[in-house]
Amino acid sequence: MAGADLKLLGTDYQIWKKKQRREAGQYYLLCLVGIFCFFAIWQIAVTAGLANERLLPSPLQVFETIIEKFYQKEPDGNTMLVNICASLQVALSGFLLAVVIGIPLGLVMGWFRLAEAFFRPIFELVRPVPPIAWIPLVVVWFGIGLQAKALIIFFSAFVPCVINSYTGIQLTNRTYINVARTFGASETEIFRKVGIPSSLPMVFAGVRVALGNSWSTLVAAEMLAATAGLGYMIQQGRTLARPDLVIAGMVVIGAIGAVLSGILSYIEKRLIKGQKNESN
Amino acid sequence: MERDNREVKVRTENLTKQFGDLLVLDNISFDVKKNEFLCVVGPTGCGKTTFLNCLTKIYTPSKGEIYIDGEPADPKRHNISFVFQEPSAFPWLTVRENLEFGLGVKKVDKKEIKSRVDKILDLMGLKDVENAYPRELSVSVEQRIIIGRSFVMQPDLLLMDEPYGQMDIKMRFYLEDEVIRLWKELGSTVIFITHNIEEAVYLAERVLILTNKPTTVKESLKIDLPHPRNIADPKFIQYRNYITEAIKWW
Repeated sequence: MAGADLKLLGTDYQIWKKKQRREAGQYYLLCLVGIFCFFAIWQIAVTAGLANERLLPSPLQVFETIIEKFYQKEPDGNTMLVNICASLQVALSGFLLAVVIGIPLGLVMGWFRLAEAFFRPIFELVRPVPPIAWIPLVVVWFGIGLQAKALIIFFSAFVPCVINSYTGIQLTNRTYINVARTFGASETEIFRKVGIPSSLPMVFAGVRVALGNSWSTLVAAEMLAATAGLGYMIQQGRTLARPDLVIAGMVVIGAIGAVLSGILSYIEKRLIKGQKNESN
Repeated sequence: MERDNREVKVRTENLTKQFGDLLVLDNISFDVKKNEFLCVVGPTGCGKTTFLNCLTKIYTPSKGEIYIDGEPADPKRHNISFVFQEPSAFPWLTVRENLEFGLGVKKVDKKEIKSRVDKILDLMGLKDVENAYPRELSVSVEQRIIIGRSFVMQPDLLLMDEPYGQMDIKMRFYLEDEVIRLWKELGSTVIFITHNIEEAVYLAERVLILTNKPTTVKESLKIDLPHPRNIADPKFIQYRNYITEAIKWW
């Protein structure tokens, strides 16, 4: 009887896994259809004259501008690749710095009472300050180079990293801690083997917000007298009244943001196994 | 009769726990023999869980001491396993990794870990799902993972706190048989806490009946029936009724 039950258990699990894979395929197909519909409606609106082409260029025109920019320096003085690299360098250095400092700080603050008492008040004072408010100070400290821009991005990404890690590790189920304790695990072992893994879903949600913040603060950071970058390209598009250039910049920022978010999802999937509710 | 000659594994002496003015455990003393299966029953809210938490040193007793093999109990030194009321399989670990967890903490040799885990996976019929995560499986399978994780430690003392409280009767009987099978196979010492008297009589070699708060030991009752037990057996019913009478506080 028990044997038959267990055999069924294994087979059911395999069938369920197959169903999961099929549903994932359908999900990605729908994603592609959604994006296609978005651009199609936009194109139809412009072609049918519902929107003024001088104010809202069609997606095809924006696409042409993007391709052109890959080999043309005009009008902002850099090819698209140079702009992308400049922006990625700024955004990623600020973002990675925030992840490397913010997550461990949040985890330690959430787990060890003394660390919380020491760091939390400082953090609560710094937290409400909007990242852009740091610009004047940062310019005085670091000038207008990469360091200054990365620091502005750091401030925007740092807060969600700390808060989510802090909250995530504080939500660790007491029972899991007690299980480890009755097995004789030391405090640091419990922190490492129970606290950190159980907080990972929240940590990743924070990293995701941080990535979004970094990318959206980019334009503001590149207002600091940049000579290259996607934000700079958008500024130039505005000055020269070239909406296609502005939208091209926006589309590329959006696309790179989506790619980075995809990479993050991949890492998340590899690291957080078994903790996300999967659909049945 | 020869079972009574087994050596004492766990000795509890004058165990007392007080939270402020509230006296929860009052001077509890008892012994558990090596390989014994002891069930602890008592009225709801009598402090059964507090009692277990003192045994595992999650709470520090206000007075008294617990000895395992003659030494004060210490989860770092002794091999204690605890099956909690709540589902407690680590969701971020696979079935196999869950079973390996405690052995890793105790720094058991890798080869030994593998052979012990393989044996439990086979015994509990979890081989097919060893790489699955607990959330992908049903609650009853998760409970089997937790029980397997405790037995794989080959613990000096296995504590179970109403592990089947939330299960239906069929699953409960199935898992109760499973525990008996593992206990016999691996020769562990088990303290099983329950408020279900039938469950206690079905499982235990000896039942410890606790009083209402402040909790003391009212009686220690040997259940002289062979395993597997028949719940319709008149002697079984007699034991059940006797404990029900003893436990009554209304």
